[in-house]
Parts: sequence; structure tokens; C-alpha cells
Amino acid sequence: MLVPFTKGIQPLILVLEDIKVFKYIVRRILFLIPTLLLVSFFVFCIIKAAPGDPAQLALGEGATEENIEAKRIELGLDRPFIVQYLDWLYNIVFHFDFGNSYRSNISVSYQIKSYFPNTLKLSGFSVLLGMFIGVPLGMIAAVKQYSPFDSVVMSFAMVGMSVPAFVLALAMILLFSVTLHWLPSSGFNSFSQMIMPIVALGMQPCAICARMTRSSMLEVVRQDYIRTVRAKGLSESKIVVVHALRNALTPILTTVGLQFGALIGGAFVTETIFLIPGFGRLLVTAVTNRDYPLVMGGVTVVAMVVALTNLAIDIAYAFIDPRVRSEFKKGSGLFSHIRMKKEIMRSLEEAHEK
Amino acid sequence: MKNSNSVFFETWVRLKKNKVAFASLWILLFLIVVAVFAGLIAPYPYSMQNPSNILQKPSLKHIFGTDQYGRDIFSRVVYGARISLSVGFIAVGVALLAGGFFGAIAGFYGGWLDNVIMRCMDILLSIPSVLLALAIVAAFGTSLPNLMLATGVSTIPGYARLVRATILTIKNQEYVEAARAVGTNDFEIITRQILPNCMAPILVQATFGVATAILTIAGLSFVGLGLQPPIPEWGSMLSDARAYIRGYSYMLVSPAVAIAITVFCLNSLGDGLRDALDPKLRD
Repeated sequence: MLVPFTKGIQPLILVLEDIKVFKYIVRRILFLIPTLLLVSFFVFCIIKAAPGDPAQLALGEGATEENIEAKRIELGLDRPFIVQYLDWLYNIVFHFDFGNSYRSNISVSYQIKSYFPNTLKLSGFSVLLGMFIGVPLGMIAAVKQYSPFDSVVMSFAMVGMSVPAFVLALAMILLFSVTLHWLPSSGFNSFSQMIMPIVALGMQPCAICARMTRSSMLEVVRQDYIRTVRAKGLSESKIVVVHALRNALTPILTTVGLQFGALIGGAFVTETIFLIPGFGRLLVTAVTNRDYPLVMGGVTVVAMVVALTNLAIDIAYAFIDPRVRSEFKKGSGLFSHIRMKKEIMRSLEEAHEK
Repeated sequence: MKNSNSVFFETWVRLKKNKVAFASLWILLFLIVVAVFAGLIAPYPYSMQNPSNILQKPSLKHIFGTDQYGRDIFSRVVYGARISLSVGFIAVGVALLAGGFFGAIAGFYGGWLDNVIMRCMDILLSIPSVLLALAIVAAFGTSLPNLMLATGVSTIPGYARLVRATILTIKNQEYVEAARAVGTNDFEIITRQILPNCMAPILVQATFGVATAILTIAGLSFVGLGLQPPIPEWGSMLSDARAYIRGYSYMLVSPAVAIAITVFCLNSLGDGLRDALDPKLRD
């Protein structure tokens, strides 16, 4: 590339770059389809492998032989396995219909829709809390490495990582509800009800964010370009925020995304403690009752949300990190080796032309 | 042999310098001893009920008090160490074997096999671990082996990726070629020449893995989907204690502290091992 970077050409290059990013995003979204298909098939297989007759479960004890047989036909259990799967999938994709709960006979998608917002709120706020406290703490700890502040923050993070949410939740209930009577011990409607669940669930992401930020910042601040900007006389705060943090952001963002997924899956314990009508508790009840349509639907929906979160994070990389942007051109994921080969061929051709 | 000894020794010396990690190692060894000899240490059988002695505050006779059935909480916490640690270690061991196997095959043979295996691992990764455990428990029930499987399965991809990545970097090195040239079969090349090179990162990840497994089991038991009573699991003890939080809060303290200490020690040991085994930090 010996083209001089005149003002006229620069926007053109940016547009070209944008097209590449756009292509990457489209490719990444398309990759979502096989992933979700396989996840749903996997979940379907696990549940179908369960011992016991679902028709019997749906009817409960004391059902007659004919009733069970009729129920089997009604539920479509007499059809071949793969037909059952395709039917289930068809209804999800085109009608967002996961079937009806065995127990209550209420539509699974309706139940998911009514319980999911609480879980989303709980995990979302918890991750945000963790991020807004953990990232600055980790940054300061990295800048002042080996200082007392650093060791305090890191010990705190270690404890935060090791104390599970439900232990923290019980300790807080004991202190703030039972002893001091400051906060209500259950519910999720008012602000005071939301404080304890969010803090309990947010502790672990906060600790993990702090550790991750610290270690990725430490890696960045040792680099030559940081020494260069420091030599140029830039203020320390500008170095940290503008130059170091921006380059350390990729692993931090990944952590936040993974934490969000983990919290949606792991919120059920916190929801149980604070009696929050959330998705996790719905799922736990479903598992206890062996309510298979609800379990299958629930796990699939969460896997979908997690996959979408990962997608969003991957797309965010493209806008944050130019290194990742160039990485896309090389390719990663499903057909990476094919793309790699094409890429190498193309560069060879280009070299040849010159 | 001498070489491997000196690597081990060097790691040991470096781990010793990290006081928290080194102390954690000793606490963990102590907990393992407690778990193994639970029968000798616990003053009462873990399921022995005593209706005339329920909800007693800690005393000399029952140093952690008694629960709602008059069972000695100290004995239950001691037996709980056996349950939690064995679940943690076995779940990680199984995941390690399976992940190592798949990762080694994928990395060593490459091609379509690699693609198929690693795509399956990606799928496993995209389901949150606790949910996967829930699905398995929903399908197969809450027995101890099922729970170990359920907590282990979701960590398989991590080990597979680690082993695969290491194999990819070393499978073309001279000593592997040399082993192949003298007619060593694939299995021996993988186990003798390649796997020892993955040991350091695997050890670190496995240490964290045990901590995660213990937390997962405790969480599942807490909501009633883990080990069933009267098995003294720390999570289910906490769940029992929750009903008595007003007035009998001492019931919460010992299982909560036990979980936190165990997981803290595993995490800080994992941290210490990572630093001690990191070649970049070596002088």
C-alpha cells in the first residue's frame, strides 16, 4: 500500500473497511444459526433420553393404560424421534411456541415471557454494578501495582470470587433484614427490595471484572507505546484512560459478556432466596416437577440469549479494537481454514501482480 | 527425570514465596485429611437425630450447635467436606479425562475430526454451565454420580481447548518427529511426549475447576436439586438453616464459612500456581 493518504482517499478506505466489518457481522450472525440448531438438538436429546414416560408424567399417578396411550398420541410421542424434534423446532421458529407445560398446561412461551424480565433486570443490573465498580478498581490497582491499595482490592476480589451469591445473600438478609430491619428480605418491585439481590449477584462479576481489568491493564502498561506517550509528556490520567484502557478493553468486554450469560443461568439461587418471580425459579420448579417442555424451552431460550450476548460482544469488538478488525479479515470460526487459504492465495496473487 | 524434578522443585520454591497461596495449600491438605477421616473426627453420625436436643446454640458438647432435628452441625460440616471435595475432584477428573481425550485427538489428527470435535465443544460452551447441569439433573435425576457428571460436562470444552492448543504448537517439534521416526505409536506420542507439556495450564485450570464445581453443587443443593437429605452437603445445610434465620442464625455460619474457605483456598492456590508455573515470570 503505497497510496498516499490524501484527504480524498481516506473516507474511501474507511468505507471499504466498513464493508469488511459489515461482512464480518453478517457472517457472524449466520454462524448463529447452526449454533442454535445444534444447541436445541442437544437439549432435546438430553431431555428425550430421560427415563420415564412423559405421558405418564403429564397425567400423574392413577392414569389408566388407555388414557396414557391417548395422551401419548395427543403429545405426538408415538412419532419417530427426528419428526418430534423437527416439529418442536418448527413451532419455535415460526410461532415461538415451545408447547404447553405438562403440569399447568399453560403455554411455555407465555410463562417464559412473563418470568424473564425479572431475571433480565436482576442479571443486567448486577453485571452493570460489577462493571462500574470492578473496572475502575482494577484500573487503579494496576496503575498502583504492589501498593497497599492494590493488595486490598485484590484480596477483596479474591474473597468476592470465593463467596457464592447465596452465602452473601443470606449474610445480608441476616444483617439488614433480620437484625437492622433496614431492607425487606424478599420481593423485587421497589428499589429497596432490589438492592440486596443485585449486590449479592453482582459481587462475583465485580470481583472478576476487577481482576481481569487489572491483569489486562498490567499487560498493556508494559508495552512500548505507553512508554512513548509517557515520554511525550502526556498526563498520567490521560495515559491510563485513553491509551491503556482502550487497549485493555477487549478482554474486559469479553468478561462482562460471559458474566452476563453466567448470571442469567445462575440467577436461580438468588431468585430462590429473595422469592423473586424470575426465570431461574420457574426453571427450578420445572426441573423439580419434571415438566419437560418447560425445561427444554427454558434452556433453549437462555442459550439463545447467551448466544446473542456473545454476538453483541463480538460485534462491539469490531468497533472498539482495530486489531480485532484486521483479525476478522483473516477470519475465525466455522470456515476459518478455508477463508485462510483463500486469503493466502489472494495475497500471493497480489504479490505476483506487483 | 532429574529435569522434571528440578521443574517441580522450582515451582515449589516459587509457590512458597506466595504466602497466601502456600497457606491455602496447607489448609486444603488439612481439609482433605478431614474429609478422608471424617468418620474419626466427627463426634456423632451425620444423620443421628435427637428430638430432645433440637436447635441448640453452640456449646462444648456441640461446638457448632444442633439443627432442627437435633443433629450435630459440626459432624455434618465435617462429612460435608468429604461430599464437597469428592464431588469437586471427581467432576473435574472426569471432565479432564474427557476434555483431554477430545482435545488431544482434535489437535493431533486435525482435519474434519478437529472441526467436528471443536464445533461440538463450541456448542457445549454456549450453554451456561449451571443450565446444562439443570438439564442433566432434570433428565436423569439427582444422584451423586449424575451431579458429578452434570457439573463436569460443562467444563469439558475448556480442557479440550487447552490440550488442543498445546498439541498444535508442539506436534511438529523435532522430538515428536524423532519419536515418530523410531516407530512410537500415536497413543504413546500423545501421552508421553505431548501431554506432559500441557500439565502446567491444566493444573491451574483444574484447581479453579474444583472451586467452581463445589459452588455449582452447593447452589444446586441449595435449591433442592442437588444432593438429597440426609446427605450433609454444605449448600443443602444452608438451605435448611435459611428457614431458621430468625433466632437460630448460628446454623448458617459454619456451612457458609466452610464453603467460603474451601473455595477461597482453591482460588488462591490456582492463582499462586499460575504465577509459579508461568515461564514469563521466571527469573
